[in-house]
Formats: sequence, C-alpha cells, structure tokens
Amino acid sequence: MNGYGGKILRVNLTTGKIAKEPTPVEVARDFIGGRGFGAYYLFKEVPQGADPLGPLNKLIISSGPMSGLMIPGAGKCDFTTKSPLTGGYASASMGGHFTAEMKYAGLDSIILEGISSKPVYLFIDIEKIELRDASEYWGQGTIEVEKQLKEKFGEEFQIAVIGPGGENAVSYACINHDFGRQAGRGGVGAVMGIKKVKAIVIHGTNSIPVADTKTYRQAGKALYKACKDASFLAEWTRYGTTVVTSWCDEVGALPTRNFSAGSFEDGKNLYGPVMREKIVITDKGCFGCPSPCGKYSRSKKYDSYVEGPEYETIGLLGSNLGISDIEAVAQANLLADDAGIDTISAGNAIGWAMECYEKGILTREDTDGLDLHFGNIEATFELLGKISRKEGLGALLAEGVKKASQKIGKGTEKFAIHVKGMEQSGYATHNATAMLLAYMTCDVGAHHNRSWAITYDIQVGRDLVVPEKVARVIWLQNFRPMFDVLGGCRLQWVELGIDRELYITALDAITGIHRSWDDYEKVGERIWNLTRMFWVRENAGFDRSWDMPSPRFYEEAPESGATKGQITKIEDVHRLLDMYYEQRGWSNEGLPTSDRLVELNLAELVA
Amino acid sequence: MRLYVDNAKCSGCNACRVACSLNLFDESNPKKSALLVQPHFPIPGVYEVKVCTQCGECAAVCPDEAIKLNARGAWYVDFDQCSLCEACVPECPENVMFVKVELATAAWKCDLCGDCVDVCGTGALWISEKETAVA
Repeated sequence: MNGYGGKILRVNLTTGKIAKEPTPVEVARDFIGGRGFGAYYLFKEVPQGADPLGPLNKLIISSGPMSGLMIPGAGKCDFTTKSPLTGGYASASMGGHFTAEMKYAGLDSIILEGISSKPVYLFIDIEKIELRDASEYWGQGTIEVEKQLKEKFGEEFQIAVIGPGGENAVSYACINHDFGRQAGRGGVGAVMGIKKVKAIVIHGTNSIPVADTKTYRQAGKALYKACKDASFLAEWTRYGTTVVTSWCDEVGALPTRNFSAGSFEDGKNLYGPVMREKIVITDKGCFGCPSPCGKYSRSKKYDSYVEGPEYETIGLLGSNLGISDIEAVAQANLLADDAGIDTISAGNAIGWAMECYEKGILTREDTDGLDLHFGNIEATFELLGKISRKEGLGALLAEGVKKASQKIGKGTEKFAIHVKGMEQSGYATHNATAMLLAYMTCDVGAHHNRSWAITYDIQVGRDLVVPEKVARVIWLQNFRPMFDVLGGCRLQWVELGIDRELYITALDAITGIHRSWDDYEKVGERIWNLTRMFWVRENAGFDRSWDMPSPRFYEEAPESGATKGQITKIEDVHRLLDMYYEQRGWSNEGLPTSDRLVELNLAELVA
Repeated sequence: MRLYVDNAKCSGCNACRVACSLNLFDESNPKKSALLVQPHFPIPGVYEVKVCTQCGECAAVCPDEAIKLNARGAWYVDFDQCSLCEACVPECPENVMFVKVELATAAWKCDLCGDCVDVCGTGALWISEKETAVA
C-alpha cells in the first residue's frame, strides 16, 4: 500500500506471542493512519469497562502516510490508549525519529496487548522482533537507559523508553524518545509501565513505497522551499515555541500561580530571548523538519543538559509555580523527563499543592516537611521525584489534580485546573472564550494542540461569544489533528503559514489516491465523533458537565495582570457549549446523535 | 565545487538523507543516502555531519573504473560498472563511501546533486568552491 509500512505488529505481552497482519485497506481509507488508527483500534478492541492499568487495555503506537518521507515535519508518532488519568480517550503525539523508523521497519502500528510477568523491552530490527529481558534497565531514568541502548545497538536504532514514573504507573507518566521528545499526555507511559515494557528499540532499512515518485519528489521540494522562503522561519527557529512566552504574558495567557492569573510579574526572565542567550546550545529537530522548534540547552548552574524547556514547560513548571529562573525551569524539565512524567500535568499538580499550602489546607505535616510556597525551586525538584516514586505527598499528586482534590476536598476542587481529569496546558483562559471552549471540548481533556485558538481570541475580541468563534474551534479540531493522523507536524502550517494545498499534491502522489482537505477534514470529524463516543461508552452518565472548565475561569477573576478583573460568565460558558453541540450535530448533553454517526459512517463501529 | 557543512547549524532532522536517497535510487530511505548525520546526545548535545569532499580517493583505487566525474565535477558511481569489491570504502576519509549488499547492487556516494541543500531548512549545508561561502 503506497505511503504505508504495510503491516500492523501485535505483541501480546501476557503470552509472548508476536504477530504481523497486513494493514487493512478499508481502515486506511476511513481512518488514514496515526491518531486515526489509534482511535479505531482503541474503540474496536479495548472492551468496554477495561481497567486502563489492566491486561485488557492496549497501547497503540502509529505512524502515518507522511511519516518518514520527504515532507517537512514528517516525524510525528501517535500513542493511543484508554487513559489512566481520565478514564477516557488518550492520544499523545511524539516527535523525533521513531515514527520514521517504524515505516522503514515496515510498520504502520505497533499494538501492545496484555501484561508481561517481568520487565522486557521490545526489539524490532525489520523481521527480527523479540521481547528481551529488561531487568537491568528497570528502575533507571529515561536518559541513561536511552544512552545505554544507543551504545548497545547504534545511533540508527530509535528508542522509546519509560522512566520510574511509568514503572510506578503515575497517572500522567509519559514516554520519552531522542533525549527530550515525549508522548506526554494522558498517562501513556503508565500503560506501557504496567505492561512492564521498559523500552521499544526499532530499526528498519526498507524504502517506503510511493505511487508517483517524480511528482512526490517535486511536491516535497516545493514544500521545503515554501518553508525556507517563509518570513518567520528565522525567528521561529531561533526561539521555537518559546517565541510565544512574552506574547502570552502580555495578553494574560501565561499560566501564573496555578492559573490564578495570566501575567507573571517576573515573566520577563522566562522569555525566549533570555532563554536563548542563557542556555540554548543547539537547535534540535524532529525527522524531516526544516524549522526545528526543539532547543537543546545547557545549564551551567546545575551542570546539566536538557532538550527544552519549550513553552508549555516554561508555563507550567515556571510561571505557574511562581518560578522565574529559566535555568531552574530547565532543571525541573530534566528531572521530569528523566523520571518520565508529563511536565504539564506535573506543573499543574505542584501548582495545586502550592495553592493548598498557601491557603493552609496542606501543612508541612502533609508535605513531608516541604515548604510549598510558590517560587520554591528546591521543593519543586523534590516533589517531581516524589511524584515519580509515588512517595508521601507525591503519591497523592501522582493521581492528577482531579482525584487529588476530590480526596482532599475543602474546596480545593475549585482550583484543580483540569477538564475531564486532564490538567490544563499552558494557556490561561480568563475571558478568552475560543480557547476556553477548545479546552472544554478537547478530545483528551484540557489540551491545547487540537484547537490552538488563543491568538484567534485576541484577533477577533477575546470576550465574544458568537457562533463564528465556535465554528472556528470546530474547524480547528477537525483539521489540525489531521497532521497527527497523517504522521506529520502541523507547525509548518501554523507558524510558517505554508499553503496547505502543497501537502495535497505531495500526499496524492505518495498514496496514489486523490483526497482534498475537505475529505481529510471529514475524516477528522469522523475521528472526533468516534473518540467522543469512547468517552460516552466508558463513563456512565457522561453529559455536558464533563465539558465544564475549572471554576477558576468563570468564578474568580485574576487580581493582577492583563486579565485583571476579567472573567467569562457562567451563562456564557453554557452558551458556548450550546452553540458547540448544535454545530457538531450533538444532543444538548453533548452526545453525538445517531443521525450524525450514520452520516459519518460510524454507526456500525459504535453499535 | 563540493558540499560543505556547518555542524553547529545542523538540527539532525535527516531531510538531507531522504532527499539524497531519492536522487540516488528514486527511493525514500535514509539508509541509502550518501551523508551521515551523527547525533552526540545527551552530552555534548551536538550533531556531526559527514559529507563527501570529492577528494577522489575512492576513484583512485576503484579497479573497475566505476567511479567517474560528472558534469558538476563530482565523482559518482556508475552503478552498471561497480562490482561491489569494496576497495573504495576504507579509502574514504569521511566514511561516506557506501557498500551495503543487502540494500543495493552497487556502491554509492555523493554526486553533488544539491538536493540535500535544497531541503536543509537551517542552512547547515551548501555547495561552493570554497568553504567560506556560507549560505
């Protein structure tokens, strides 16, 4: 099949059985690849009510038809599972070189099933596929293990590895790769850890079949030329995602002290140019990327090296904790990466704990003696370790802010910043209604990358509650995740403004099948509705209350910064949802209607 | 004319290697390219790229006279004449002369097509007479 590796690899960790099957043509037609394959196999194969940390859950790792080819940013890998953090759908996207290597090994998806009785790593070298003993690596950090495996097998092998956070099933454990890339969100690392898979080692030498090599080559070159000609390329490459830090601070979107505000009085110390000058040593790109957002840094203060911090980590482990030292943020980033826990959720959990401490709800007795005032760098470092080991207060925080706040009570639920149990990523959404709605309705919980609408809010008027805003959010949700479906990166389109029709010429030549963006967006909508149905199926009583944001965004206006005194009224929050459900063709409680499911060719799958 | 590299600008994306394999073999496969991108992580955190300097040492030892000059003044492998003897491989001072019998029926090397330069977004690669002409 042109553009595909051609095989799905199933690894049953309970029995040790390893089997390949041809990638189904009709699944490729309806779900394309990547995140689409993940959603399809999750819904179809993980039985209703499966324990996310039990043997019936699966971890589905997928490349897409762009992956590994001469397309800018063709290095995105999707990890889908039933989330131990939320109990719903989880899909985490990882950059780097792993997804390209899957294609060279002839694989579109790797499906991990069951639970191993002892620590193993999955070794894949084209046809040689084995489960090998990983006891010598168990307990070690991600960086050391990746280093050892690279030394053992060579640089042409790509590694995905979990840390102690994954081994201990921290609800938001991540999967690490390439010394700094992560499948970060939703606890995919916990699922890998509970299956006792320490790492996946992969290498391939196959060429990827393409329908029309000449046209694909021309179209690929045209895409690279467009990227290189883009006026924003130099600035974007210099700062990566940290290019937005100062803007977010100015417009009140920078999470500050557990999202109590959106501007940080010491934010300037965290801005992109400060970081670039102080610590960045190398621009580090994912596979095929002409505009590398990855910044590899060296902190002299801590004598350490880390990829990052990128914007989200600066927001959550910096300003959200009242920390303004970029080197301290980089060090916290390193500790979280090495432990294998998501910096976004961890930053939220620690921010929530700090607010509890400042309000006297948690005392030193509860914090194992740690002084958890905002801004305490050493306590932050200490807590990251405790979370990954589930030790003391860390055991509570390892469950995520939703469950932790339910356990503590005393009103702390009101400042647990999450949607559906997933902690909110790096945009404070006080009176930014499109971004607020994007978080409320995101398919995994409060994550930004499906619909990054914060700039749109500022462009059109942040407080507007109008159908056009809702339509924009929905369009972004249908379109942007298609890059995760195709196995590539959206940022060339987002940041460099690449004409998206250029991708169509390339994709048509790769697959030999013409599909327009209208067609791809329809697939995006199909996947969006399927994942919604997964939430409905797995959570009895699922209704619009699941789409509500943290009360912080409709009850408590910030007392300082650009959004001082600003809030979205609760009735406007509900108006946003009303319009959203109507435009989606969903019921007033947010459930896809049977007509909608029939129209999207999902009726049989979800029946 | 030859290919030059500024390692400090390389971000390790490997687009150059896919472009190279498309030029040499009409295939998308970095393992069949004539450049090497060597990451050095986690420490010191830099990339090192190996490219052909067109020194001609490979051509000098080829018993089949399969390594020839093209119109760009670059040494290339005439696939039809290569006997896979591997005499060229150890002569290459940059380790960018390739024989992999499991992947191709002839040796391969850089023929200075320039496609790697075209897809390099960071300006790490360029072709010129002298090294100083940085893109």
